[in-house]
Amino acid sequence: MTKAWRLGLFGVAAAVLAGWWAAACVGLPGFGGQVHPYGERAVGASLERHTANVIASVNFDQRAFDTLGEESILFASVLGATMLLRVARDERRQRPLAARVMPSTRLFGAVLLPVTLLTGAYVVAHGQLSPGGGFQGGVVLATGLHLAYIAADYRVLERVRPLTVLDVADAAAAAAFTVLGLVGLVAGASYLSNTLPLGTFGELASGGLVPIINAAVGIEVASGVIVLLARFLDQAVEVGGGPGDGGSRTAGKEDGG
Amino acid sequence: MNNTAATVLVTIALLVTAVAATGAVLAREPARQAAALAVSGLALAFLFAVLQAPDVALSELAVGTAVTPLLILLTVRKVRRGRERDR
Amino acid sequence: MSGVMGWLPYAVAGWILLVGLYGLATSRNLVHTVGCLAVAQSSTYVLLLAVGYRSGGTAPVYSDAEPGTPVVDPVVQALVLTDIVVGATVTALLLALVIQIRKRHGTVDPERLTELKG
Repeated sequence: MTKAWRLGLFGVAAAVLAGWWAAACVGLPGFGGQVHPYGERAVGASLERHTANVIASVNFDQRAFDTLGEESILFASVLGATMLLRVARDERRQRPLAARVMPSTRLFGAVLLPVTLLTGAYVVAHGQLSPGGGFQGGVVLATGLHLAYIAADYRVLERVRPLTVLDVADAAAAAAFTVLGLVGLVAGASYLSNTLPLGTFGELASGGLVPIINAAVGIEVASGVIVLLARFLDQAVEVGGGPGDGGSRTAGKEDGG
Repeated sequence: MNNTAATVLVTIALLVTAVAATGAVLAREPARQAAALAVSGLALAFLFAVLQAPDVALSELAVGTAVTPLLILLTVRKVRRGRERDR
Repeated sequence: MSGVMGWLPYAVAGWILLVGLYGLATSRNLVHTVGCLAVAQSSTYVLLLAVGYRSGGTAPVYSDAEPGTPVVDPVVQALVLTDIVVGATVTALLLALVIQIRKRHGTVDPERLTELKG
């Protein structure tokens, strides 16, 4: 397909899509409207279950089964990327040299690393009370850890990042979510229903099952993202191609085709 | 927040987001696109904060400005390393 | 809200989707393609949050607000929140596929990949 053809085809498709989009948006309630039937019900259910952050309640209580699905996608993606990025037989690892870092950068990293990790843990732990939760806090934790790479070098990062432990933590947290759902069944309710004591509104231990699932999600997201970034860093920094990799193989294919 | 002020802020945030997203697509060179995506993530986070969604803004801030651009930069580096060896 | 503000957020969401799709259709580098997909994906966030917005409402967190204050719709926020993080890991999976393609075929240009197949 030539470039002009492709652009033309895209133009037609885009025009049709834009038309349908406009038609659909006419049927939507106007932006900023006061009628939100689902929102009202979610807020009511959340306050009933002593969860101050309604979003945490929706994610880890009212829609917990959907979140389990989302979590499985996350787990599967991490697993898939790990499989794709494992070191192949024809590749060799090169140890990166210790890099020189400016003292100011080192100080910056050394001060910021514990602060970021603490912030991440706080964001995870207070998910049911204030904006935050396992999903965001997990990402903050994972990216915060990589300040070690900026402040020191790759070897230091490898030391503060026990990948085998994190691999297991990722899987264990994913399994914990699934198993926690059984609590509802044991209590005679349905799978993943919130049957634990609800606690006092506004306290750290409020919301019944919510803070526990929240913590499991936090561990899974944090370890999953660290493992992901580790695989990519490995590929970008350490792994070099063997003789059969890259250009030489392409040349062979082009000759054959 | 005052309603008019909120409307003005939302309008600005929406326009900035649209421009930033366009920039992220038009940056054809992946390393530059990573930077453009970070800007776009920042714009989205600002929009979400203005739309009274602090949870989502926090999430977008961590993912959109840090994780996604970082992954793209690492991929670019990996892809380039191979190309240098070919020569 | 009426006038321009009634539809501007939906239009912006549509624009971001179309721009992302344009990038997908014309991209000459698979890494860039994945970035464009991320842009197209972000249009759904704008759309969902726009649907859930209530003018004058506060964030749906009752740690410092009195129960009964009008809040924006928390359901759509929960949907978007999980999708952002899960979307990032899916982006990572796609980038891992791009790295594999680079290893096996020596190029990340979709046009040249098609040539290789033929």
